[in-house]
Amino acid sequence: MDNTILIEKSVIILVVFAITMLMAMYMTLAERKIAAWIQDRIGPNRAGKGGILQPLADGLKLFAKEEYAPDTPNKFLFVLGPTISMTIALITSAVLPWGDKLHLFGRDIILQSADINVGLLYIFAVLSVSVYGIMIGGWASNNKYSLMSAMRAASQMISYEIAMGLSIIALLLMTQTLSLREIALQQNGMNWNIFYQPLGFLIFWICSFAETNRNPFDLAECEQELIGGYHTEYSSMRMGFFLFAEYASMFVSSAILSILYLGAYNYPGMDWAVENWGVNIANVIGMLVLFIKICFFIFVYMWVRWTLPRFRYDQLMNLGWKKLIPLALFNILVTAVVILLLK
Amino acid sequence: MSLDTYSFSGRKKQVSNKKLTWLESIYLVAIAKGMWVTLKHMFRKKVTISYPEQTRPFSPVYRGLHMLMRDDEGRERCTACGLCALSCPAEAISMTAAERKPEEKHLYREEKYASIYEINMLRCIFCGLCEEACPKQAIYLTKSKVFAKSNSTRESFIFGKEELVMPLEMAIQNSKQNQA
Ligand code: SF4
Ligand code: SF4
Repeated sequence: MDNTILIEKSVIILVVFAITMLMAMYMTLAERKIAAWIQDRIGPNRAGKGGILQPLADGLKLFAKEEYAPDTPNKFLFVLGPTISMTIALITSAVLPWGDKLHLFGRDIILQSADINVGLLYIFAVLSVSVYGIMIGGWASNNKYSLMSAMRAASQMISYEIAMGLSIIALLLMTQTLSLREIALQQNGMNWNIFYQPLGFLIFWICSFAETNRNPFDLAECEQELIGGYHTEYSSMRMGFFLFAEYASMFVSSAILSILYLGAYNYPGMDWAVENWGVNIANVIGMLVLFIKICFFIFVYMWVRWTLPRFRYDQLMNLGWKKLIPLALFNILVTAVVILLLK
Repeated sequence: MSLDTYSFSGRKKQVSNKKLTWLESIYLVAIAKGMWVTLKHMFRKKVTISYPEQTRPFSPVYRGLHMLMRDDEGRERCTACGLCALSCPAEAISMTAAERKPEEKHLYREEKYASIYEINMLRCIFCGLCEEACPKQAIYLTKSKVFAKSNSTRESFIFGKEELVMPLEMAIQNSKQNQA
């Protein structure tokens, strides 16, 4: 029994890892394609059919570059920066439920690496650590631009994490649980949280842009003032790790968004599908549905990036502290009152 | 109407520093509008020209690489008068004149000919003034899509007679066509 569960979880972990990596790879291509389309261009189309091998070519190029480190006293920290970024981006996916369960070999397989009862808390803890990758990398670069970018990233993350946490509290008032699996199960059918928490969803969404360091909140790496910010001094695959981590965390945060608000793997008629087509088929469809939701959020990430200019720093802070946090508090209040009245 | 407020393009907008309303200050409406614009662009016709496979369409009055012409008997027409060099605004043409020997009558039409004739393709602006200046109709800008190929030395862009004079086969073909 113990052994089978070990094998089962290992397989799930491996598959999730592989999918995250694959997605991150092809998100780089997707980003370039979407950027091109929005700008009325075609985009990369020379490597493979329609540019399908482009990520491999990019990866190969990064591997072939010289690994250069600046003259810094913090060689160890310099390597640690991208490592942390990458690790954090990957371990978040450990608690995400990718589907309900499959019935294989006479046992129910829960499609989740670890169902811990504080899953949501875990995600927040891990996401807060992710800024250390940028901070340490920026600090160790021994370059004023990198350091400035690190400071920006840190202050931005702190500001937006508060609004994010507050918007989640309203959600928690409703769900009464921190376990992601249970949150997913509660949204059965069309019972999605977005219909009960539209404002919370919006705030959470905006904050996840800031958390993943994406435009319009990519002040940490802005080209014009900070010449790339924290990855100015990085080259070769260390830089690749930073870039890769950004895409991996985009994937994960899209997954979190879909699981928390957009009904995870639930789709209308899932119960009917379970009864008529069996658990397995219903859940495979469920996983695909979750995947489509994730892809939608990823697309919006890119779409926004190629639409909006970057916020000015004071606008960023104003938006975070003076708009989003009061809105999130208001959302909590309304939710609490409504729940009380409905009792 | 003062010039400050007049809009030549019809798109001028007055800059205003009015305070944003609360709805504007959370940017959402403006963002939604902007996203709609970019979404529409995703389905527009692409402007990219996939270069080696596709090329830009040329204008019908396009002026390409020069050619020093031959007459119907295959003789070079240029008499090295230097008018083309004089008319050239880019000073791209230079030449050396030589006197035709009696046994060279089948090679050059006039008694004086250009022994060296060079055009610096880096200077030339393909204006076609040389063509207009020439009294002997000896130099023409062709419609050929052969360009001065990219190269790494400046010298290689100075085209001499080898590159410029019309190939003999072409002259033979032309005269055959004219007779027919
Ligand atoms: S095309 Fe114009 S610039 Fe070029 S050689 Fe003739 S006169 Fe000079
Ligand atoms: S090309 Fe024409 S204008 Fe130029 S030197 Fe020859 S004959 Fe004179």
